[in-house]
Amino acid sequence: MASKSTVEVFTRKGVDEKVAKLLVENGYTYTKVARANEKTLRKIEKILGERKLKRVLNAIKTKERAPKKKAQKPLKKPKITKKEIPTKIEPLRPIETKMMTMLEKSGRTLPRAVLRDLATRLERVKMPDKLLRQVLDLACERFEGHVIDPNESVGIIAAQSIGEPGTQMTMRTFHYAGVAEMNVTLGLPRLIEIVDARRVPSTPIMEIHLEEDVRNDLDKVREIASDIERTTVIDIADVETDISNMEVMVRLDKRKMERKGLSPIEVHKKLSKAKGLKGLADLRDENVVVRCDEPSYKKLLRLSEDTKSTPIKGIEGIHRAVIRKVGGSYIIYTEGSNLEKVLEQKHVDKSRTTTNSIMEIHEVLGIEAARNSIINEASKTLEEQGLTVDIRHIMLVSDLMTNDGDVKAIGRHGISGRKSSVLARAAFEITSAHLLRAGMTGETDSLEGVVENIIVGQPVTVGTGAVNLVWSPAKKGGQEK
Amino acid sequence: MTEEFNVLEHELVPEHHILPKKEVAKVLKELNLGKDQLPKIRLSDPCIRALDAIGGPVEEGMIIKIVRRSDTSGMSVCYRLVVRG
Repeated sequence: MASKSTVEVFTRKGVDEKVAKLLVENGYTYTKVARANEKTLRKIEKILGERKLKRVLNAIKTKERAPKKKAQKPLKKPKITKKEIPTKIEPLRPIETKMMTMLEKSGRTLPRAVLRDLATRLERVKMPDKLLRQVLDLACERFEGHVIDPNESVGIIAAQSIGEPGTQMTMRTFHYAGVAEMNVTLGLPRLIEIVDARRVPSTPIMEIHLEEDVRNDLDKVREIASDIERTTVIDIADVETDISNMEVMVRLDKRKMERKGLSPIEVHKKLSKAKGLKGLADLRDENVVVRCDEPSYKKLLRLSEDTKSTPIKGIEGIHRAVIRKVGGSYIIYTEGSNLEKVLEQKHVDKSRTTTNSIMEIHEVLGIEAARNSIINEASKTLEEQGLTVDIRHIMLVSDLMTNDGDVKAIGRHGISGRKSSVLARAAFEITSAHLLRAGMTGETDSLEGVVENIIVGQPVTVGTGAVNLVWSPAKKGGQEK
Repeated sequence: MTEEFNVLEHELVPEHHILPKKEVAKVLKELNLGKDQLPKIRLSDPCIRALDAIGGPVEEGMIIKIVRRSDTSGMSVCYRLVVRG
């Protein structure tokens, strides 16, 4: 008797059920047929007949090929000649190393910051080792007293600590923050933006630091800024449409051109290569003319629009660059952001240039930089509003957002919406949809989180609820009764 | 341009090191964690690409040791598991 599953393998590939049964009854499985050589094929032919065999083979052949896998992007390999991982942590001072070894001997640890504080206080004091050990022991004791307890619900504390000052934020605070006449989103809208992990912030801004040899030279800085700022034809010329001659006249403004360091020849070159204008531009005494090759007003109008928006210079996405003096040297602030391209520019201090677009940082500098950026941006936003939130709460949020390798939002599409527990998700948003779906797919809930346990009325698994008491009875003859 | 910018030199990027195979078990035991309970880092992450170019091939399943400069504790060490993607 043909086993059902072996027949099914054939039928799934599109082989007639009767034929499949016949094959299986004669002892041929799918793999046998698919990999059959001449001899076995002839045997099968005897059973099935020529026509049926052909059909079977065709069915197997056409569907055997696995669906094409999406071509994976090849991993980039940056060219780095210096084979060294840069270190960023300051080395220990001699007194600190001494303290470290002492701590290690007693099996305790202190964080670097505490160690450094202690060391700076003790550096000038001569102290015998025995006394130093006592100092360290006391410091350890104090420190351990301040460490957060195991099973403390830090997430809830963090949520409340950020949420409460958040209620005091003004709802819409668009304001001109320090940076010369530049519009920056601040306050609650900005905080929401960070936590939602938006792809593009509503006001992307870059802070471009410059290399040491140019950062104090205003002329040079202006030049760099103009190389970064996106310049289109309309910024440096008047564009007129000449209907009688069917051409677009680009009257270049000499002063504006000079300020941007451009020549008519360069503009002509760019225009004749631009999209939709290929080979139509001509240089006519200091001006550029774009001829219309068809006797059509519609085309002429389109040419005029295309000409106006043709980029001449600068980096895509950066609309404006503003130079500002901060602490003796010039920094370029830009409206719009394109970290990848700016880092390729000359004279840019690559290690200090940043953007406020967290997604861009994630793409260019990696997940750890994104984590730092979330912390910086969030605490800066809160600080600007005069609110003090301990940075550790923000660090926890940031850690959670970057936990699985890319930046996830908090909320419906991010962390809260992807919890493993059905009840927790249902308690958050769209209750009925989550419960219905869970019912249909037969999900189980292991009741590990806080929300689930509150719903079912059990002690929650944080704090004292997370530990159990176990009594181990004393052995016979022991002290206990 | 011959030399590309090494992202590991950027201010926002902490130190990344490949954790030697010998130390993996020790670290996991110390943390009392399984490998897949660690935070993740993608194979396509720019820092991983840079590490790959500097310190030999980085593969899926390796552990990256990250030494962060922290405002609160001076220095903190954390680990990330390299995953595909």
